[in-house]
Amino acid sequence: MIIQGLAFYLFSFVAVAAAVMVISAKNPVHSVLFLILAFFSSAGLFVLMGAEFLAMILVIVYVGAVAVLFMFVVMMLDINFVEMRQGFLQYLPIGALVGLILLVELILIFGSWLVSPEASAVASVPIPPVAEVTNTEALGRVLYTDYIYLFQVAGLILLIAMIGAIVLTLRQREGVRRQSISRQVTMDRTKTIEVKDVPTGSGV
Amino acid sequence: MLEVGLAHYLSVAAILFTLGVLGIFLNRKNVIIILMSIELMLLAVNINFVAFSTHLQDLVGQIFAMFVLTVAAAEAAIGLAILVVYFRNRGSIAVEDINLMKG
Repeated sequence: MIIQGLAFYLFSFVAVAAAVMVISAKNPVHSVLFLILAFFSSAGLFVLMGAEFLAMILVIVYVGAVAVLFMFVVMMLDINFVEMRQGFLQYLPIGALVGLILLVELILIFGSWLVSPEASAVASVPIPPVAEVTNTEALGRVLYTDYIYLFQVAGLILLIAMIGAIVLTLRQREGVRRQSISRQVTMDRTKTIEVKDVPTGSGV
Repeated sequence: MLEVGLAHYLSVAAILFTLGVLGIFLNRKNVIIILMSIELMLLAVNINFVAFSTHLQDLVGQIFAMFVLTVAAAEAAIGLAILVVYFRNRGSIAVEDINLMKG
């Protein structure tokens, strides 16, 4: 129990500290790295809660894909990031005020949250005992049966996102010499080679 | 103190969500940081989902967290693609320059 508590405080402290650094780091590359750290420690929190599969998915999807995507974009764009930070302190008071109010409201709501004892009796899909069915298997059993249509829609959303990203960023540039297969195949000797009869002593 | 319950996880999620909102407020010029702040807020929402799921012994919360993850990934991809195209056309990603539609 003590180890669980210590792990919780470690992971949550690291996650919060990394989140603070994400929004306050001077260099966006550092922001992305701290975002990775925040996701990693949140994955630790997920493991503590008993959602191992989601923790691993979080590491794979966020750390492996989304963060790298952010990193690519940050490094690809040629922007003066120091200039972009102007106004940071100007918005600090109002931002801190709104944030504080929001935080107090959220803590007030969630801190005193009481769950009725009968609540778990009406669970639509009760979590099976971990000793019998692992978290991944339990999720799969529900996801591929009861939620199969939602699962398919999630796949469609990802497909649309992929097509959208490709369509948005694809551009046809002028003056780029590309290989044209049909032109290459239809080419024959008469179009490319010309035989000239050059008399001796004079040029072509 | 070391007994970790539902309220602890919800508090961490609340702090992360607030930091996300704060990030949007503070980095008014940099769209990339704003997108990262949105990711932070979605992460906080996911922590809430999983916390309630494990506390109520209901698996549906984790399923829903997975769909949130999917949408977040798609949103990041599309958002960054729009950002790249915008930078290509205008040479800047400052938020106050995004006023072509006079909205």
